[in-house]
Amino acid sequence: MSSTTDAATGVKPQVAAKMIPIFVMGKKYEVPDSLTIMKAIEYAGYKYIRGCGCRGGVCGACSTVYRKPGDYKIYTGLACQTVVEPNMYLTQLPFYPAIRATYNFEDLQGRPEEIYELYPEVFRCVACNACTKVCPMDVQVMDYIAAIKRGDIKAAAEISFDCIQCGLCASRCFAETPQYHIAQLARRLNGAYLTPRAEHLATMVANIEAGRYKTGLEELKAMNAETLRKTYQERELEPATAGDDWTPKDTRYL
Amino acid sequence: MKIGYYPGCTLKTKARNLEESALAALKVLGVEAVELPRWNCCGAVYSLADDDLIHLIAPVRDLIRARESGHDTLLTLCSMCYNTLARANDIMKNDAEKAKTINMFMDEEPDYDGSVKVVHMLDFMRDQYGWDKLKEKVKVPLNGFKVGPYYGCTLLRPKEVALDKVDRPIIFREFMETLGAEVIDYPMATQCCGSYQVLGAPDITLKISHDIIRDALAHGAEALALTCPLCDFNLGKRQDLMIGKFDGAKDMPAFYFTQLLAVALGLPVEACHFDLNRSSALGILKQKGLIKEASAA
Ligand code: FES
Repeated sequence: MSSTTDAATGVKPQVAAKMIPIFVMGKKYEVPDSLTIMKAIEYAGYKYIRGCGCRGGVCGACSTVYRKPGDYKIYTGLACQTVVEPNMYLTQLPFYPAIRATYNFEDLQGRPEEIYELYPEVFRCVACNACTKVCPMDVQVMDYIAAIKRGDIKAAAEISFDCIQCGLCASRCFAETPQYHIAQLARRLNGAYLTPRAEHLATMVANIEAGRYKTGLEELKAMNAETLRKTYQERELEPATAGDDWTPKDTRYL
Repeated sequence: MKIGYYPGCTLKTKARNLEESALAALKVLGVEAVELPRWNCCGAVYSLADDDLIHLIAPVRDLIRARESGHDTLLTLCSMCYNTLARANDIMKNDAEKAKTINMFMDEEPDYDGSVKVVHMLDFMRDQYGWDKLKEKVKVPLNGFKVGPYYGCTLLRPKEVALDKVDRPIIFREFMETLGAEVIDYPMATQCCGSYQVLGAPDITLKISHDIIRDALAHGAEALALTCPLCDFNLGKRQDLMIGKFDGAKDMPAFYFTQLLAVALGLPVEACHFDLNRSSALGILKQKGLIKEASAA
């Protein structure tokens, strides 16, 4: 069988995929150079049971560590997002033990001391920055730990916002801290206790609960597809140039 | 006048009275203290093990941040931060071999050569701002207020980073005199308060701290001026444990030097966060007529 013909369609692609060697847990495989690490591993014959979730770069299940020949650096990436490189030496790290403290969230008030009590090891941080260096999401991990050490929960929540909890930071931590769990607590505290309440949301929820939109919804539900489509197409839109004082013709739901 | 500023962690929480009074005062003095946009805990305690380079990483990283932000000088308020940063800087400047190892380890940062000058608010006032200029700005001279400046260890030791003569320092006296205070010298002003040993040996530390306060009292001090949150813990907050335990122990108001500066500059008490001091601090200022009763609420 010609390696350049698609087995299913018999079509020869314009550009043949170049095959490159990669090393999965020390064993060499030839894989097409356009694949992500995840697809390459599957191409090589492995089947994912763990270490794969969303395939879209958001679940953090597929963290991968690799090295390149002639380079002392440790590289990391999400297997589902990172394209293979010739001669990369890799292994996936789908799980890394990291203790998550147990707390009753309702009992907390959003004070930094609460984080210190649950995760006293945060003060073991020596700012080595190994965590930031391995973060596949480019989160400034060390900086959010620094923020927590000085009691700035809000900054920690903001800096850690892109964290997908893959755990690579914890795997490299000189101080043995579970950074991503600590950051999650910081974001929770920030969201629940330190961020101002959205007053309009409470009003809206109260309106909904009082049945304000019930009739409208029932009307829509009773429509047949045709009328529904028509209603949708003819709906009144706020003009792009509308000023602050613009109101729709139908004021029933304001 | 503009200067890079490293706050330190404790100044953002338990010692806000140190930071906020200093920043308010600097503003009045026309000094713009620019907080580093990124900084981490300096480690607070300088590691004495000669080959313990890992604990130099944190302070050196802060110095690199200062460099990156274009500052030649880095201002500190806390004497422990001062000591840790200045000593790390000293290594980077004068110990080529260690500097090389540290720079190699921090390969994600630009190399650093110790070229930032680390200063403490006290030597900044003396060397860069000037006592005379400061004196002109004093609105409420602390006349008749007998203050015992407490140096502790980290402003004066080791001599590479000492703000003044290690055995006969006068910088703190000069500062307090400029503010109009009557300065009380006492032999134990440069003794260690026990520092972080309070964690491992709380009783011994309490005794040491009490000896310092007793010495200051015996020489006529009505209050202590401090530069460090840990000294404030030992010499201020822990007084509650001394009173009743040691013969003759009595309440001694303890201030951060920057609070006394703010008072002398005539800043409103709100700038000083006296709620984080012993209650006697506010009391004695009122008694001396240095702050207005009304705004003290
Ligand atoms: S599988 Fe979800 S991030 Fe890769």
